[in-house]
Amino acid sequence: MTATVRHPVRHDSALKHTTGQALYIDDMPEPPGTLHAALVLSPVASGRLRKLDLAAVAALPGVVVVLGPDDVPGTNDVSASGKGGEPLFAMDRVEFVGQTLAMVVATSLDAARHAAERVAIEVEADEPILDIETALARKAYVQAPATILRGDLDTALKSAAHRLSAEFQVGGQEHFYLEGQIAFALPGEDGDMIVHSSTQHPTEVQHICAHLLGCDFNRITAVVRRLGGGFGGKESNASWVAGAAALAAHKTGRPVKLRLPREIDMIATGKRHPFLYRYSVGFDDDGRVLALDAMLAADAGWSLDLTPGVMARALTHTDNAYWIPHFRAVGYACKTNKQSNTAFRGFGGPQGVVVMEDALDRIAHHLGRDANEIRALNFYAEGRDETPYGQTVDENHLARCWAEVKKGGDYERRRSEIDAFNRASPILKRGLGLFPLKFGISFNLPHMNQAGALVHVYIDGSIRLNHGGTEMGQGLFVKVAQVVAEVFGVDIDRIRPSATSTAEVPNTSPTAASTGSDLNGWAAWEAANTIKQRMIAFAAEHFSASQSDIEFAEGNVRIAKPGSNQVVSFGELAKLCWLGRVSLSATGFYKTPKIHWDGAAMRGRPFFYFSFGAAMAEVAIDTLTGESRVLRADLVQDCGESLNPAIDRGQIEGAFVQGQGWLTCEELWWDKQGKLRTIGPSTYKIPGSRDVPPVFNVTMLANAPSREATIFRSKAVGEPPLLLATAVWTALKDAIAAAGDGRTAVRLDAPATPERILAAIATVKA
Amino acid sequence: MADNIRFTLNDDPVELSGLSPMTTLLDWLREHRGLKGTKEGCAEGDCGACTVVLEQADGRRQPINACIALLGQIDGQSVRTVEGLRGLDGAPHAVQVAMAEADATQCGFCTPGFVMSAYAFAAGGEAADAETIHDALAGNLCRCTGYRPIVEAMTKVAGLPVGPVPSALAREQSAAFDGRFFAPRSLADLLTLRAQYPEALLLAGATDLGLLASRSRKPPAAVIHVSHVPELTAIAEDKEQITIGAAATYAEALPALIAAYPALKTYLARLGSRQIRSLGTIGGNIGTASPIGDMPPVLLALEASLRLVSSRGARDLPLDAFFLGYRKTALAPDEVIQSISMPRLWPGEVFFCDKLSKRRDQDISTVAAAYRLRIKNGVIEDVRTGFGGLAATPVRARNVEAALKGQPFAQATFEAAADAVLKDFQPIDDWRGTAAYRLTAAANLLRRLYWRIAEPGRAVEVEAL
Repeated sequence: MTATVRHPVRHDSALKHTTGQALYIDDMPEPPGTLHAALVLSPVASGRLRKLDLAAVAALPGVVVVLGPDDVPGTNDVSASGKGGEPLFAMDRVEFVGQTLAMVVATSLDAARHAAERVAIEVEADEPILDIETALARKAYVQAPATILRGDLDTALKSAAHRLSAEFQVGGQEHFYLEGQIAFALPGEDGDMIVHSSTQHPTEVQHICAHLLGCDFNRITAVVRRLGGGFGGKESNASWVAGAAALAAHKTGRPVKLRLPREIDMIATGKRHPFLYRYSVGFDDDGRVLALDAMLAADAGWSLDLTPGVMARALTHTDNAYWIPHFRAVGYACKTNKQSNTAFRGFGGPQGVVVMEDALDRIAHHLGRDANEIRALNFYAEGRDETPYGQTVDENHLARCWAEVKKGGDYERRRSEIDAFNRASPILKRGLGLFPLKFGISFNLPHMNQAGALVHVYIDGSIRLNHGGTEMGQGLFVKVAQVVAEVFGVDIDRIRPSATSTAEVPNTSPTAASTGSDLNGWAAWEAANTIKQRMIAFAAEHFSASQSDIEFAEGNVRIAKPGSNQVVSFGELAKLCWLGRVSLSATGFYKTPKIHWDGAAMRGRPFFYFSFGAAMAEVAIDTLTGESRVLRADLVQDCGESLNPAIDRGQIEGAFVQGQGWLTCEELWWDKQGKLRTIGPSTYKIPGSRDVPPVFNVTMLANAPSREATIFRSKAVGEPPLLLATAVWTALKDAIAAAGDGRTAVRLDAPATPERILAAIATVKA
Repeated sequence: MADNIRFTLNDDPVELSGLSPMTTLLDWLREHRGLKGTKEGCAEGDCGACTVVLEQADGRRQPINACIALLGQIDGQSVRTVEGLRGLDGAPHAVQVAMAEADATQCGFCTPGFVMSAYAFAAGGEAADAETIHDALAGNLCRCTGYRPIVEAMTKVAGLPVGPVPSALAREQSAAFDGRFFAPRSLADLLTLRAQYPEALLLAGATDLGLLASRSRKPPAAVIHVSHVPELTAIAEDKEQITIGAAATYAEALPALIAAYPALKTYLARLGSRQIRSLGTIGGNIGTASPIGDMPPVLLALEASLRLVSSRGARDLPLDAFFLGYRKTALAPDEVIQSISMPRLWPGEVFFCDKLSKRRDQDISTVAAAYRLRIKNGVIEDVRTGFGGLAATPVRARNVEAALKGQPFAQATFEAAADAVLKDFQPIDDWRGTAAYRLTAAANLLRRLYWRIAEPGRAVEVEAL
């Protein structure tokens, strides 16, 4: 059977996962002489590096070499932006607890780790900046403030019938990919280097390695078969880990593996950006928003990293689903002496949309109305469909998603049931929260929206597929294989996806921004179609048929000439093509059309299209302890025409639970010296199976093929459903409000731990 | 004594020499045996990616975290890893098929651990209800799937027939590995070793000490493994009290404890995970003297006493007198905890316990509390409490007890007790909660206690909704 696009095809590695046969980098056989590296980290948050005694540990048992900034033959910089200022090894200043100062390379992992711990470090400490407020006060930023502005904001705010101001914060989030950061570098001849990296961005690994080693890009081959989870955490962070391994391999001439143990990984690598918000919103008597003036301050950590993109996405998602005629959102990327925050699924989008969700709850409380009526009243709609940054909201499914989630979740009945429950229950309270979603798809930087693929057809009819996207569990390999199988009309088992490699497809973009299938799917389609057209041309000539008579289906090729109906297998035709000296290998290339962006003016059409959705969540809280529980979630997600409903459902469910974790139980905690103390699963709590809503209904919006020419009219699904978890936060605020008079607006900072919920309850009871 | 570690791995006998007995099972599997299916996700026994299964002679399959299990502990055991689930014909096990078919894998890194937990669950013949499944999965973290398909796969594997347990290489005599991992088989041998090697750490389940080997990479120089001493693993019950051997695992002790104190059912389900409860012991939880252990508050409220033994003799000490300060106890250098005894509840006595944490399952408590009250004719005749997370040691709340004792059972009494919490404790701020939260929550738990007793049918926790 040919199960190709739109079928729930299983993940290509599923049985390998369950039998333990799927190989991750740490599982690869190690050639004799393989060395292991361990990092030497700063124990101080901010100061001047006075002494780093590397020589003393070089003589310890098993130590082969100890590397510091003076040992970098190229440029000691690993900045993703290429703008500098992010050394692999700190040179003079140290900027956070956990910053890499040096690296020990030894014959065993234990020898490397023990020596790394014994490096004598002296830092002349100064006062670190450990929170957003302090950074704002000192105007400590990693980039200039960015603004999206539309209309006459001050006048509109002043003249609005009502005006409210508020402030709140959301926390960061550790990626907690189950496989920690790892790279394995194998030196070859003439400075060649193969770097196996658990990275979402093989090309950046290639570039960073080359920069550090001072060699041409063509000497470095970055290879990625699979990641044990990425979530954005293995975009820029994987590059410096790989660079360090490559440096050690270069210096020793031996294979070197660098694997970060969990606590080192958590202390050394960046996370989701925490945000602080202050806003004023003006609205009319009906609750129509007239003006929003929002300040979004992100904790960027010590360096730039990917913060410009995160901030741009936060600002372009501050409007979320709502038409706001007069709008100003100013983003401050605050510099603190903490881990350099980075990409994390949603990439600032989740931190952007919460502003309006908070504002609309407050407006509803102020007017004594149902917050969800107020939400719907403000949706983008015909004639009210231009975003503050100038992109028109096309193909608007907001009203449809909203209606479906309310109907599926039986909103009206449950609203009144929950209200009745709360009237009768003094200690436990329940809450209901709704959330509409609009998420822009494309990298904010237009040039990144490109992809390449390489397809070979062998003369037995088997097909090898390679593209620039990485497989991190999201099912990209099977989705792209489905596309190729569809083009050739063959069974998916005939397609062999292969490890992502900079040697096969060069100059790739990271697998990020939910674009993996959109970009690589089209690139692979182009490559496969090029070969297919050659095969058609050959077959037409060979069988004296017209090209339109050649049909590929079910593993066969039918030559449907009038009067005859010859069928050859796909493999037979491949072999005939080879005999006929037809090339059966092709590259494919895709670039997203229509997009443009002026980063200085913060205007343009950054997104090829929008993904829509809606969520309804029900929670319960304990007003004595602040404990909470998500009782039910109903989600509607727009996937266009899903390429693979099984894979997409997995993305929706997994993203929602990850978002729920961000907003509830996942708390990062630094001590007063700036040292992160939540550095493992015993102290940093991601959701477990019990935390998943016991009633969890997930629907993909039906009959909603993408209007834009996406691959088989599908839509991206990696990030958008993470934002649906905002409904949990809204529901918690609803439950907390019920602990008071029900009319008091609630400030609930995230993550909504029992402690924060109890503190919020105290404010509404006061 | 120079013994070799012997155990069964995936039906094959293994005998090790020249290897440190402090090597973790995970490191040995991956680095020495070349079995890479079992993964390291955290090296602290919390994520479950390294889950393997111990197959007991009585047919029980127990999941454990290979990352914090020391090879010396595995001596005499039968271990099954994800590679050992395949049939002789190489066909994947039904559990492996079910997980794949349910789309229960994404990145796949956590999957072998889930598969092994699912295998242990399937072999146990348990019901496939949500409660049991979450209990079986509490020790495994997945960051990709959102768990729904994993839970669904669990419903399909429940009660699958499993093969016979391979014969274990059980040992009758005391053993010593590499002159530093001592595994006595009798109390006499244990006490001799304890007197001879006062610096050696007492090792029971290694769910705490194992982290020295796995996460810190600094295994203890010498350990005395108490888990094979019959006097330390016995569980005895009579009309008046229950005695749990200090080295009996939670898994072994749970049925007796829950039967005697039903409130412990949900409380103990939140203590670690199945992987932890397979090996962890009450004696270890007491001996480590952490201020945030889950058992000490319970045992304080139950007025438990410890039997401490040494070659000098035995003595009984109320638990209340055992904790001297932060991680300091009354245990003499040559003593071991033999057992813990706790009186049964008398008619008219009620016992409840609470645990607050950021995540419900497998988290360390921010505040733990336990209370035993004797209420007669509307008066609280007697009360005993135990609290964790509020002081340098697990401790009774004496002012709370004073506020309750002799008072009428009424809401106002519990309000007064809640106020008394402030006089009992000066907790600290840390990542689990601020001092202010701990105090407020502890006070409110006493308000919750009132409702628990006053209206037994009423839902007082979100988990009950």
